[in-house]
Amino acid sequence: MIRLENTSGGAVSAAITAERHRMGSPATGMVLTLLILADEESQADATAAAVATARQHPMRIITLIPRPDARHTQLDAEISVGGDDGPGEVAVLRLRGELSEYANSVAVPLLLPDTPVVAYWPGNAPENPSDSKIGRHAQRRITDSANVRDPLAALAIRKSGYVPGDTDLAWARLTQWRSVLAASFDQPSSPVHHVTVEGESDNPSVVLLGAWLGQSFGCSVDTVWSDKVGIRSVRLDMDDNPLTITRNDDDKTVTVIRPGRADAHLTLPRRSVSALLAEDLRRLDPDDMYGQVITNLEI
Amino acid sequence: MTNPLRNPKDQRLPRIAGPCSMVLFGVTGDLSRKKVMPAIYDLANRGFLPPGFSLVGFARRDWADEDFAQVVHDAVREHARTPFSEDTWKQLSEGIRFVQGDLGDADAYLELAKTVGELDASRGTGGNHAFYLSIPPGLFPVVLEHLKATGLADDKPDAWRRVVIEKPFGHDLESAQALNQLVGEVFETGSVFRIDHYLGKETVQNIMAVRFANAMFEPIWNSNYVDNVQITMAEDIGIGGRASYYDGIGAARDVIQNHLLQLLALTAMEEPGTFEAAQVRAEKEKVLSSIQLPKDLGAYTARGQYAPGWQGGIQVPGYLQEEGINPESATETFAAMRVDVDNRRWAGVPFYLRTGKRLGRRVTEVAVVFKRAPHLPFVADAVQELGNNALVFRIQPDEGITVRFGSKVPDTSSMEVRDVTMDFEYGETFVESSPEAYERLILDVLIGDPPLFPRSAEVELGWNILDPVLDFWAEQGQPDQYVSGGWGPHSQYDITARDGRTWRRP
Repeated sequence: MIRLENTSGGAVSAAITAERHRMGSPATGMVLTLLILADEESQADATAAAVATARQHPMRIITLIPRPDARHTQLDAEISVGGDDGPGEVAVLRLRGELSEYANSVAVPLLLPDTPVVAYWPGNAPENPSDSKIGRHAQRRITDSANVRDPLAALAIRKSGYVPGDTDLAWARLTQWRSVLAASFDQPSSPVHHVTVEGESDNPSVVLLGAWLGQSFGCSVDTVWSDKVGIRSVRLDMDDNPLTITRNDDDKTVTVIRPGRADAHLTLPRRSVSALLAEDLRRLDPDDMYGQVITNLEI
Repeated sequence: MTNPLRNPKDQRLPRIAGPCSMVLFGVTGDLSRKKVMPAIYDLANRGFLPPGFSLVGFARRDWADEDFAQVVHDAVREHARTPFSEDTWKQLSEGIRFVQGDLGDADAYLELAKTVGELDASRGTGGNHAFYLSIPPGLFPVVLEHLKATGLADDKPDAWRRVVIEKPFGHDLESAQALNQLVGEVFETGSVFRIDHYLGKETVQNIMAVRFANAMFEPIWNSNYVDNVQITMAEDIGIGGRASYYDGIGAARDVIQNHLLQLLALTAMEEPGTFEAAQVRAEKEKVLSSIQLPKDLGAYTARGQYAPGWQGGIQVPGYLQEEGINPESATETFAAMRVDVDNRRWAGVPFYLRTGKRLGRRVTEVAVVFKRAPHLPFVADAVQELGNNALVFRIQPDEGITVRFGSKVPDTSSMEVRDVTMDFEYGETFVESSPEAYERLILDVLIGDPPLFPRSAEVELGWNILDPVLDFWAEQGQPDQYVSGGWGPHSQYDITARDGRTWRRP
């Protein structure tokens, strides 16, 4: 790792290139630049998750940490390139003093030419990510409303500020649940009248899952809060017996109970942030399904 | 009725198979244990198999369900790509059944029918069953006959039956036609899935992506710019334990007929209207039917047998010394030939194909070698080290693409140009470990998605091309011996030398 103190965006960019050359591999196959906007508390986990994701999507990771509390205005950088952690390039930048207002100016020289830019806020995010200093550069803007103090309020903000290209990890956390649910309806079945989703209080994924099901079936949705983590169960009421999917106490599997079928057990492990990021980065065009669910969300 | 939870806008939901089971014949074979069983586990682990998916083993062994489950367990433990998870295993093992019986025993098939019927009821497999015949083709007739007799092969309006067969798809045109007819009598054409694991490889599919998604390659993808195309599949191993399969088959039937001709077809075909299976297949068939063999087969084909020697620092026996091989066998372990694609795009461009065992290194690649620039405004010295430009698809290992072109040697006062390569490594740029070909193919079978499976016409066209060569070789006596660990017999170099060209060292 290289440390640069009181440096500039251009110098950081030069240092990354120099490090690449020193390793004898100036040509890289980077597919995107990821800008992470984080505070000291969340930066380490978010950067580590992104580094793990870089195995799937080789990328330049720029973690920007505003430190308005600092007395001196200066930029400090920690740079590492293509280590054991993966092929990516990582620069963790601390923007001290007045510079914390101008993250934009630091990021611009570091964006890889002619490749997509993705912005990721692991914690608090601006009300309109697409219109923020950093978000303006990004075609994909990823927030994580589960990771803030008032998640449901955050979800409402995501709704009001939604612009195509926004996504939220609370939505990515649902993919496996949604996949199991969708598979249950690949065979003809009677219409669904009512949906009940039970899950952790204040978990935005619970709300999004209910909204997706309610909007897809055009039916009413009840939400039941639980003191256990994540989504606990989904119950779909139909003409005949209901279909229920319940997370088992081991937290790794779910049991599917379907009318006229034997019970089935499926693995549905919790996924790491890096797995969620990897899913989000697989496609960089707007996630229209998320857009539809969030904009029609009743919250 | 469409599924209200499947929305075309929804790009995140993976394709997962609907309710179904798979019946595996030949459970003790290498392929079953090393590829099929691990791939099923990996699919389950990645969440691609439906709830209630069941696996039924059928064999002569006197096993209970648990014994078969143990065999699958061991195979998964040893060969699965994804980490072992007790939960996934538990879920998968609940659906594992075993039916004991001889392949020719009618009662055993009744038992099998009962078992899958019971799975439909208890595990909700919905009457959808795939039969995976991982057995020598000689045993197909008896199995297919019984599947038909017990009604197991009958498609029902709301349930599918599919059959999966592995190469070799015959050993010449006649036998391939007989096999196609036999399978066709029992299963409908659309229900027959021929697994050529090569076609499931991400990089093979990437040939189409690179060719048809980009603007910069297509204009030069023709005889105006391409000098020749070289398709090589080299293995560093010998025949291993496959003596009984390999002897009498040989390299050309084993590899050229299917893998190399498929790679040729993907490299040379015209752009399909869409990537619908039927359209891609139509384009491939067009290319395969315009392939011409050289008139002088003696001059433009070569074959060899590996001799004893050293391969990568290990002493190895020659083919004729391998256990289970007739010491007078004339089976080739190396085959090379030139073919031409007689159409407007490729007229005059030789396609060189070669494959062999016990060669220098394991590598499969398609190299498109371009003509030299029509004029080089340099003094002769400056471009002495400059070769032809080339675009190479590396299929395995290190899947990727290499572009070779000339560049100035840095720091020389005079102009000097030499070849450099620009490399794109597929594995590194995309998924950490891309799915095994078998995962993709088995999932496609269960979903019923046919683009990656060759149909009978392609198989027969392949034999049509190869049969005259095989007949010619049959009259030529022993193949040339070649040193293990090298790049094959010298006779291969005569093929390219005759055209004023050379093989790349892959």
